[in-house]
Amino acid sequence: MSLTGLFLCTFLVVHLIGNLQLFYNDGGYSFNKYAVFMTSFPLIKIISYGNYFFILFHAFWGLYLEFQNRKARPVAYVVTKNSSSFSSRNMAVLGTILLVYIVVHMGDFWYKYHNETLPFVQYTENLLTGEVVTTEMPETYSQETKMVETYNQAESTKTVIVKDLYKVVSVSFQNILLVIFYVLAMFSVSFHLVHGFQSAFQSLGINHPKYNPLFKFLSVWLFAILIPIGYAAMPIYFYFFK
Amino acid sequence: MEGNMNITLKVWRQKNKNVKGSLETHEVSGISEDMSFLEMFDVLNERLIDENKEPIAFDHDCREGICGMCSMYINGRPHGPLEGVTTCQLHMRSFKDGDTIVVEPWRAAAFPVVKDLVVDRSSFDRIIASGGFISVNTGNAQDGNSLPIPKEDADKAFAAAACIGCGACVSACKNASAMLFVSAKVSQLALLPQGQPEREDRAKKMVAQMDIEGFGSCTNTGACAAECPKEISLENIARLNREFLSASLTTAEA
Ligand code: HEM
Ligand code: SF4
Ligand code: FES
Repeated sequence: MSLTGLFLCTFLVVHLIGNLQLFYNDGGYSFNKYAVFMTSFPLIKIISYGNYFFILFHAFWGLYLEFQNRKARPVAYVVTKNSSSFSSRNMAVLGTILLVYIVVHMGDFWYKYHNETLPFVQYTENLLTGEVVTTEMPETYSQETKMVETYNQAESTKTVIVKDLYKVVSVSFQNILLVIFYVLAMFSVSFHLVHGFQSAFQSLGINHPKYNPLFKFLSVWLFAILIPIGYAAMPIYFYFFK
Repeated sequence: MEGNMNITLKVWRQKNKNVKGSLETHEVSGISEDMSFLEMFDVLNERLIDENKEPIAFDHDCREGICGMCSMYINGRPHGPLEGVTTCQLHMRSFKDGDTIVVEPWRAAAFPVVKDLVVDRSSFDRIIASGGFISVNTGNAQDGNSLPIPKEDADKAFAAAACIGCGACVSACKNASAMLFVSAKVSQLALLPQGQPEREDRAKKMVAQMDIEGFGSCTNTGACAAECPKEISLENIARLNREFLSASLTTAEA
């Protein structure tokens, strides 16, 4: 649990940094190129399949443990005053919300990107000034690969025609229900990780007065606050500002 | 010892481990605030016997906080509202006149109810037994100075050895996990030279026995250490995880 959990924590950091490109005001130029890179570069592909596997392993092993642990107390107390945190007691519920979220999220973007006909968009970048002109391709347009790059030496421009995942994202987040669902799921991330991140070190036997404050600090400020806010900002940004 | 406190006690009654139990209400009047919680039960039991009723079965032995017998889950917390205190060391002055107090047994598959508030904690004994012996040379005791032990290690081993095996950690844990208990027992020997020869075996065998007994696994909620009357630290659980991991990785047999 601890190792897969920490792997997933690392994934969250990387995934957030990558997706922050959604906030660039370049009509999705960098984000769409990034999407191609992430789905084509072999090493990244290996890591993402590992990631899918770890998510499933972590989720099902965690749920199995939860069921075993419930069996260890067949008769419930009539009165209990808990001396543990809300998060630590509800890891399986929070995790299940996350699993549902991950499935919906991958259906929204990953599945569409791989299996459906997406619109294409053309970017013409002036290599001298860095200026980018965005033109949406007609609906009927289609090409063999996700991205085609051509250079025009005479005019010093580069033209990129690419699957427009940015458009898909920005259209999806016009749906207020989806936006609310995404934001609520980020609360689950927050509560799951405020306990989970520091807990993983204890599970690995790392408990030391010198480093415990660091683990607690990262649990709260990075994983329970900064990261969920960063993710939640995306649907909110597209709903209100695009 | 008469007093003027009146208490409503809701106490778990259960004939044996095979039948269902339920809460039974008793109005206990004339209690002194200087009585211990167990003495309050003694008074109630005397009255029940006078009325030809079955007294409430509860475990107790030393009544001075060192044997770990007095398992009672009081108002939702093992050993009641105070920190670092066993039920026998809890006094009625910790409650108010007119209070309703709910008393339940420890609840865990590995601690079946024998009767009323008495549970069978022999699963702990079997875990201890699975840890086995320590090798000690026969003959004259050697000079103490030939075995230097850092003060810090000695203190930690001593703190771990304070565990009285009461089972409050199991009762408080949402998973009914025995990790705090086992970690205290493994730590007290892992930290000292006398515990070294069987160190790895001990960690593996005690953890295996803990699983066989049907305790849950640890998810680091920390309820155990918060409720432990001997304030055993979570550092011990991290040490047990370390001992178990390294023993599993480095020893030949499974
Ligand atoms: C982005 C997704 C996720 C991340 C980053 C994550 C991270 C973590 C971490 C670091 C832990 C602590 C491990 C330990 O203390 O040893 C943990 C525990 C847990 N996770 Fe997740 N998790 C994620 C998704 C899920 C999902 C989808 C589920 C279930 C459906 C789940 C269920 C659990 C459970 C039940 C625990 C407690 C088990 C234990 O402490 O032994 N998690 N998670
Ligand atoms: S660790 Fe604490 S709560 Fe658990 S058995 Fe030992 S003394 Fe009791
Ligand atoms: S009766 Fe011995 S510790 Fe309470």
